[in-house]
Amino acid sequence: MSFFKVEDLGISFGGVRAVDAVSFEVNQREVYTIIGPNGAGKTTIFNLIGLLYPASSGTIRFEGRTLNGLAPHRVSQLGIARTFQNIELFEHATVLQNLLIGRHRHRATSLWQELLFTPAVRRAELAQREAVEKVIDFLELAHYRDGLVAGLPYGVRKVIELGRALATEPKLLLLDEPSSGLNPEETNEMAFWIEDIQKELGITVLMVEHDMNLVSRVSDRVLALNEGRVIAEGTPAEVQSHAAVIEAYLGGND
Amino acid sequence: MRFIFKTDYRQDLRLFRHGGYVFWYGLLGVALVAAPFMLSEYLISQLHFICIYSIVGFGLMLLVGFTGQISLGHAAFLAVGAYTEALLQGAGMPLWVSLPSAALLSAAAGIIIGIPALRLKGIYLAIATLAFNVIVEEIITRWEGLTGGNGGKHVKAAELFGFTFDSDVSFYFLCLSLTVLSCLMLINLLRSPTGRAFVAIRDSEISASCMGVNLAKYKTMSFALSAALTGVGGALYAHKITFISPEQFTLLASIELVTIVIIGGIGSLHGAVFGAAFIIVLPQLIAVAKDYLPSGAAGISGLQAIVFGVLLVAFIIFEPMGIYGRWLKVRTWFELFPFYRQGMFRRQKSYMKSERLR
Repeated sequence: MSFFKVEDLGISFGGVRAVDAVSFEVNQREVYTIIGPNGAGKTTIFNLIGLLYPASSGTIRFEGRTLNGLAPHRVSQLGIARTFQNIELFEHATVLQNLLIGRHRHRATSLWQELLFTPAVRRAELAQREAVEKVIDFLELAHYRDGLVAGLPYGVRKVIELGRALATEPKLLLLDEPSSGLNPEETNEMAFWIEDIQKELGITVLMVEHDMNLVSRVSDRVLALNEGRVIAEGTPAEVQSHAAVIEAYLGGND
Repeated sequence: MRFIFKTDYRQDLRLFRHGGYVFWYGLLGVALVAAPFMLSEYLISQLHFICIYSIVGFGLMLLVGFTGQISLGHAAFLAVGAYTEALLQGAGMPLWVSLPSAALLSAAAGIIIGIPALRLKGIYLAIATLAFNVIVEEIITRWEGLTGGNGGKHVKAAELFGFTFDSDVSFYFLCLSLTVLSCLMLINLLRSPTGRAFVAIRDSEISASCMGVNLAKYKTMSFALSAALTGVGGALYAHKITFISPEQFTLLASIELVTIVIIGGIGSLHGAVFGAAFIIVLPQLIAVAKDYLPSGAAGISGLQAIVFGVLLVAFIIFEPMGIYGRWLKVRTWFELFPFYRQGMFRRQKSYMKSERLR
């Protein structure tokens, strides 16, 4: 049984075949990166995996379970967390609250208990906070802990979003362009974190990324897309030197 | 200004963040308990209304301020609560049966309107809830056998375990205890996972859903809880007014309720209370001001509606955080004196918001 497998995945928007017969397989504890020029369908694949769009063809399997047809919130409950390219944080809440929402799938108390804030809720809340504090330590967010997200710089928000995804304790982490909008120093830090997430936390990472330095540094395998189709798959070096990839990015000779 | 050095997770869960809060809320509590013995009958009656509208304000705040859904039909839930209470009491039920029934029935109505809300957003949701308001109003008017139609219905004083809340003071304590109770329950809710899920839905539905929040379930839950609180408010309202008829639960009443949360301050429980106090006090102020206005201006019918409208627009433009926001600024000014800056509360614009999935 494969850990995460996408088979023959496709979706059309009107006449545009945004993703066309894409198949790939991600092994446990690996960093798998999807690259491709703008409009290649990378983020669309993420939205298909997150079930935000219904796939018009193909199947998505996670730990032997087919995801197609489930409600979007079930994806996270199965252990898949994601970040967004343009950051979708809860702006008017503190960093701590944002991370606590990441703990939602571990919620164990009922509405009635919560209305009365019974000892069980208190215990659960303390446990959630302890779990969140580990993420805060891991990503060095202690300084921003009680600050409102709305007032924080872009680079920090990016890390908070990563933290929120980690707070769900995922088995598979989807990162949509983790380095977009970051300066080289921040990108460097992001690379360290992705390495740590893979090696220390043992979380599998599926990533969409443009920065080839980051890609070749952290990825075990790379999938190249163009116009919704797979054009190459292999190690970062193999894919980078693949003729079809060079053609997709730079144009052909003709 | 006091900085709290946190050494324990329990500190985040406290009701009162530090001793200062205990002191001031303690003082407020003492004042509220002492109030009916010091004030005139008229002022106690105003306090009844403030309590009742605070409960309704809490309900609407949960929905509008914390879950980010709009409702222009809350007077319908108020009506459901009021009529349930009136009918059950008329049938000889004690308060401990009729009040929870009013809450439950309103919650059921909330779930009914919550279901279309799952597919509607913003202005469309406003229209759907508005239609709901009109439907409920119409049902009450037409179902004369049950509700008395336009003739209205009389409501007697509430009764609990043989005790009748027929005096101003006893009714005041009934209202006050229910207000405090609903406030505490909401605080509890907001510091636990359900409350956070509501806030998540408000700020970004898409990422709430990606964090495992079941949007349908939590939106419906928010509508139900909001309606239940409004129903409790409606039940008390019925007892307060002692006579209910359909024209008390029109669209205008709904807009008045929305005014509570907007003028009070979206997204804070304080705001609900401030807003409730505001819409109770304002008509009195207008009545006083009328004496000083030229006779032509004072005679305008609908002067109150005009003032309400102008204030609502003014608040949305100049103080979107409402009275509570203004209060925060004043408090910060004193705390930081003399270092307060003009732009401290200016909101940063976020340019990088994903539009693709909307």
